[in-house]
Amino acid sequence: MPKPRQRTSTQFQDALFRWFTRSFAFLVLAILLGIIVSLIYGSLPAMQKFGFGFLVSAEWNPVTENFGALVPIVGTLVTSLIALLVGVPVSFGIALFLTEMSPLWLKRPLGTAIELLAAIPSIIYGMWGLFVLAPLFADYLQPWLISTVGAVPLIGALFKGPPQGIGVLTAGFVLAIMVIPFIASVMRDVFEIVPPVLKESAYGIGCTTWEVVRNVVLPYTKAGVIGGIMLGLGRALGETMAVTFLIGNAHRLTPSILAPGNSIASALANEFTEAVGDVYTSALIELGLILFVITFVVLALAKLLLLQLARGEGRKT
Amino acid sequence: MKSLYSRRLFVNRFNLAMSMLAMAFGLVFLLWILYTLFAAGLHAFSVTLFTQMTPPPGSKGGLLNAIMGSLLMATMGTLIGTPVGIFAGIYLAEYGARGWLAPVTRFINDILLSAPSIVIGLFIYEIYVFQVGHFSAWAGSLALALIVIPVVVRTTENMLRLVPDSLREAAVALGTPQWKMILMVTLKAVRAGVITGVLLAIARISGETAPLLFTALNNQFWTTNPNAPMSNLPVVIFQFAMSPYSDWQELAWAGALLITLTVLVLNIVARLFFRQARAR
Repeated sequence: MPKPRQRTSTQFQDALFRWFTRSFAFLVLAILLGIIVSLIYGSLPAMQKFGFGFLVSAEWNPVTENFGALVPIVGTLVTSLIALLVGVPVSFGIALFLTEMSPLWLKRPLGTAIELLAAIPSIIYGMWGLFVLAPLFADYLQPWLISTVGAVPLIGALFKGPPQGIGVLTAGFVLAIMVIPFIASVMRDVFEIVPPVLKESAYGIGCTTWEVVRNVVLPYTKAGVIGGIMLGLGRALGETMAVTFLIGNAHRLTPSILAPGNSIASALANEFTEAVGDVYTSALIELGLILFVITFVVLALAKLLLLQLARGEGRKT
Repeated sequence: MKSLYSRRLFVNRFNLAMSMLAMAFGLVFLLWILYTLFAAGLHAFSVTLFTQMTPPPGSKGGLLNAIMGSLLMATMGTLIGTPVGIFAGIYLAEYGARGWLAPVTRFINDILLSAPSIVIGLFIYEIYVFQVGHFSAWAGSLALALIVIPVVVRTTENMLRLVPDSLREAAVALGTPQWKMILMVTLKAVRAGVITGVLLAIARISGETAPLLFTALNNQFWTTNPNAPMSNLPVVIFQFAMSPYSDWQELAWAGALLITLTVLVLNIVARLFFRQARAR
């Protein structure tokens, strides 16, 4: 009887194939687990030596082998914050233009142009920022900031010091240009899922385009918009090359955003291959671990928010 | 009453004008960067770029070893990463309806997609470079493969989900085993989409610098030995651009133009490919 035998062999093949593909799904999980475990293992010497003090110490001295992560952590957070402050309103404007205002024939080319901004490698942004933008900042924007906002009490402290061009502000600004395409494309996508009926009924009672966006589109897509912003934040936190070119790589803690600073990723890019000694290397790996944990949390939140929106969409229709 | 209307109208016009300004802001920077690249890069573009090795400071040369190194590592990275990505994508799309593994993998994959690439470099350094004791092109390719995987997983899954179930049912009704149905019918149906994903992944890794810094490092000389440090365009650009030598800086601009053109062309080709696939 050849028939049942054929059937069992087919079943066996199917099961085999299923397990084969399944193992690759496991591999993706293993990569993440491997990253976390290897980073923790690599940073053990630094953890034992500095403990939790590592997180709050601003010391960074390879000679005495005394390290603290405060300066790069602050630098990473501040540059990303500047990137969001500049990038989010612009991304919102772009998404608004693409979904509500753009003529149909312009939609695709303009959307593609913005997406190409994301395709440009980060090292190109770094070079362009260093050779083109930083001199302009040093000659025009920064002297102006120092003479106007710098004189204001309290927030003036943010804009003190010589206009050097490179520094935290310039790095943050270039980061803003880099995250705009990511945030804008998520916002555009979530704006497009708003049911036309909702928008049309708002237009029907006489709302202006802005009022429709403000009172219908934004509330409907709130979770997705925040998810997109978090996604951009995740990108900005881990961005390496552009920041390395522009931040100035100084292990100093100053309130001024015009001064050079350091970020986790750029400290790694600059120092890792030249680090001598177990403690130095291990301290850098611990920086990497901190960066990975921060971006993991931010990206996970982004993903959860976007999932929430997708689920809501399924329920309402 | 009139003032309320005019106020609303004004707010509307103002915000829409701002939105147009934001659009212009994005375009200006795209064009500005491209203009800078062409202005500075074309000047340094010449045949010697493709025929000579990277020079010592203060003399003329080309980028041949860096171009070859980048091509080699991008190829190896793609060859390692693509099958892994495709099979994981198949699992998520075809078997992922039940169980915990698929949703968790999907979630983790999306995080890996945006994870900082420098951490990937650190990971490969820890598990490979540090263990064998030297930098190598293998390590660089592995790091690039880890960047390829999430991109390919994502696109493969998304594409397979577009295949109507009736196609699957038709194949199974003819007595096709499931594995044959997936490989010969559904995967074949979305071939163009999967290729789009691979092209986008190649575009992504051709410009990646951070993961290569601690893995492939750099090499001033020509080598095809994958077990030795290998020169590559992004790291050479980084080193040359940060140097004070004008010859090196010019080569960095030429390399930057080369990489950007490659990446943009790959992106546009991938888009056209995808549009064609959709149209069919």
